[in-house]
Amino acid sequence: MAISFTLNGKSESVEVDPQMPLLWVLRDTLNMTGTKFGCGMALCGACTVHINGEASRSCITPISAVAGKKITTIEGLSADGSHPVQQAWIEVDVPQCGYCQCGQIMSAAALLSKKASPTDAEIDDFMSGNICRCGTYQRIRKAIHRAAEIQSGHGKSA
Amino acid sequence: MSTLILNRREFLKTGAVAGAGLWIGFRVDTAAAQDPAHEQEKKTPNPFNAWVHISPDNRVTLILEKSEMGQGIMTAVPMVLAEELCVDWKNIVVQQAPTNPEIYDHGTGGSGSVAGCWLPMRRAGAAAREMLIAAAAARWNVNPNTCKAVNGGVLHGARNNFLTYGQLVEDAAKLPIPNLNTVPLKNSGDFTIVGKATPRFEGASKTNGSAKFGIDSRVPGLQYAVVARCPIFGGKVKSFDASKAKSVAGVRDVFEIERVDAGAFTAGGIAVVADNSWAAMQGRKALQITWDEGPNANESSASLHQQMLDNAAKPGKVFRNDGDAGAALASAAKKVEATYEFPFAAHATMEPMNCTVHIRPDSAEAWIPTQGPQWALDIIAGVSKLPKDKIKVNTTLMGGGFGRRYMADFVLEAAQVSKKTGTPVMVLWTREDDMQHDFYRPASYHQFSGALDDKGNIAAWKHFQTSTSIDFMWNPKGAENPESSEFATAAFIPYQTPNYRVEYTLATSGVPRAWWRSVEHSTSGFVVECFVDELAAAAGADPLEFRLRSIGADRKVTDFTDPKEGKPLDTARLKGVLKLVAEKAGWGSPLPKGVARGIAGYYSFNTYTAAVAEVSLKDGMPKIQRLVYAVDCGRPVNPDGIRAQVEGAAIYGLSAAMHDAITIKGGAVEQTNFHQYKMPKIADAPKTEIHIVNSTEEPTGIGEPGLPVVAASVCNAIYALTKKRVRRLPIRKEDLA
Repeated sequence: MAISFTLNGKSESVEVDPQMPLLWVLRDTLNMTGTKFGCGMALCGACTVHINGEASRSCITPISAVAGKKITTIEGLSADGSHPVQQAWIEVDVPQCGYCQCGQIMSAAALLSKKASPTDAEIDDFMSGNICRCGTYQRIRKAIHRAAEIQSGHGKSA
Repeated sequence: MSTLILNRREFLKTGAVAGAGLWIGFRVDTAAAQDPAHEQEKKTPNPFNAWVHISPDNRVTLILEKSEMGQGIMTAVPMVLAEELCVDWKNIVVQQAPTNPEIYDHGTGGSGSVAGCWLPMRRAGAAAREMLIAAAAARWNVNPNTCKAVNGGVLHGARNNFLTYGQLVEDAAKLPIPNLNTVPLKNSGDFTIVGKATPRFEGASKTNGSAKFGIDSRVPGLQYAVVARCPIFGGKVKSFDASKAKSVAGVRDVFEIERVDAGAFTAGGIAVVADNSWAAMQGRKALQITWDEGPNANESSASLHQQMLDNAAKPGKVFRNDGDAGAALASAAKKVEATYEFPFAAHATMEPMNCTVHIRPDSAEAWIPTQGPQWALDIIAGVSKLPKDKIKVNTTLMGGGFGRRYMADFVLEAAQVSKKTGTPVMVLWTREDDMQHDFYRPASYHQFSGALDDKGNIAAWKHFQTSTSIDFMWNPKGAENPESSEFATAAFIPYQTPNYRVEYTLATSGVPRAWWRSVEHSTSGFVVECFVDELAAAAGADPLEFRLRSIGADRKVTDFTDPKEGKPLDTARLKGVLKLVAEKAGWGSPLPKGVARGIAGYYSFNTYTAAVAEVSLKDGMPKIQRLVYAVDCGRPVNPDGIRAQVEGAAIYGLSAAMHDAITIKGGAVEQTNFHQYKMPKIADAPKTEIHIVNSTEEPTGIGEPGLPVVAASVCNAIYALTKKRVRRLPIRKEDLA
């Protein structure tokens, strides 16, 4: 039976095992590989997407659970990579290997949609589910503050 | 980006071919590649492993066999080339070189890329620049000395003539290539790119989902496979029933792949091939397998610990013996004893192991996130029985490497599966596979005895080590010299003592081991820098002052030279980073109550690092408030890249200090995923400051040297705070109580 949802603003329909996690539908069925596999148990955050605007771990979300919902992946966060979080990530030069960064960015964007100007403690709390083995945490914190500035219209990106 | 097709056979002695822009072929060596054992390879008709190409439309391509795993090689290396070539570094596209079976190559690791590329890149860039200047001078009929290269072209100032490189490449390609050993290089005072903080070349692609890692390889007809491996190291399949697995929707094939020991060390097992990753995983869950548990089923962390204690009760093989440490210890005014212990540690790259291979009857192609494409090529050739020139290896971006991706076990499995199916197949490892079938940092146990004379100087230093040697597993000579991979600087300490003895005994284990970020330095740095701190305390001396005094006069310590790494330790540079970090951290200045400082300084990969950690306690465990570094890695090519690498090594080192422990029970790894093998989170990341020495020495490594000082400086701070010495990692609450 086909399962329908909205993906990055467009309607999408797939016919797969309803138990198949959204992560694998995105990656293997739809070949949208920006969302990453890291642990399969919602422990690392590499697979983070937005479901109806909430940061969610796609690796443990059965595709049946997103029927009728709005999903945003890294590919749809902005049309041209210009979301304030993406701008800030480039400006601060956050990524190293980059593998976890799509998940970090999706989490950070969800945080900023709720808290326009989060404190360090709020960042540490909200981002605690995203692991970076390269250890870019200090820059992630800095970039989220910078993204908050860009989002608020202050301090336009250079 | 269009891909330049490189026909190797065209690059003979000159490395240049006419008619397609300007080509310069050259060679990038690591220190190890200069080993006489590889002399024969230098006599091959094709001595090149790197090329610069400038096209008529002004594109500059650097073709290089170095892999990007986050260490910034796609940025720092083209910066060096751009400096001599006088172009904007962003106009240089780095393209992965094809694997060349005719020459030896080490791949990417050992913190050697910038160090190894520094001179070759400068010379190649300078040679191209000189040829382009000569071509322009000839065109204008002027003396080349009156022309200069600027911003991707040649300028003749007096006549205000300017030609872009693209306009000159056809003429330049007809000129002889200057001798790369004597081509004039820029004065460092004229550098405009090297030394300037430069953002990562591929940074934007890593913020929008477009960067392609190995796991993102998608080719027409791709199938996905997972492998059920015996959880017990050394075990194998006795029998299996695939009927339920085959009935899982999407599963296409289930078959056994054989275990391979020497050369790759795969576990073998049952491969489940499916239309998608999820179906393959579901199929694997439905398998019924009876394992032959093999010879290691009784191994445990407890049995290994006991074996190490037994080893320590007996004398080891004497690795180094200056003076008479035994006599000095017996008659010492003050004596200090300490034992240190480390468990196995997993790499845990964020991208789990994976490899995509398509073996056809007459050719093969592979997409691999690998640090060692040459080895991967050899493995695929071995499985496919195809000639190497019929196999194309595409090296992809890597979601972390840290040494794990040197290995070719995951490549061999993918080749075995594709050989059987004839289809393009990605063998994907789950996190559980990755954690339970890694090649781990060795487990080790260290027994130290030290003596102080009546002036508080080090009268004797004795170190006994037993560990599960890497070389014993990988190096044919490792059975004779298992210690060769295990000591690093623990056997070449910078601290002066007349009586110095180092002994070693192999600890046997069925657990696979290999290179982990900073390799043996990760443990050697801890034991040396913690034990010297213990001696300083026994001497009643300040830890910084004691180190500086024990290092002694400025000199090059030649007996310190690690034969694998080349340069002798320069005591002035080591003292330099210790003094710098102390100054920047405010060593000796008052701290709030409940906070203390610890220091460590270390030499590895020809780079000098020192760190001061400020530590407090939270719920009985250390909380690292601030970490200040001083690093001297020679001339800083990309200061921001250096900072990023040290920030990263700090977190990796913090992970080793606070969490990393792979434990063994019943011959298998007990941890399966990140809930059991924990990682530092953003809240654990200390404020990290990095101060880079503005050196004019040749650049040296930076990916790994930031790591060894982390746990040592943290544990030395814990001592300053609590008077408790932490002598085993990871740090446990009960060791601080």
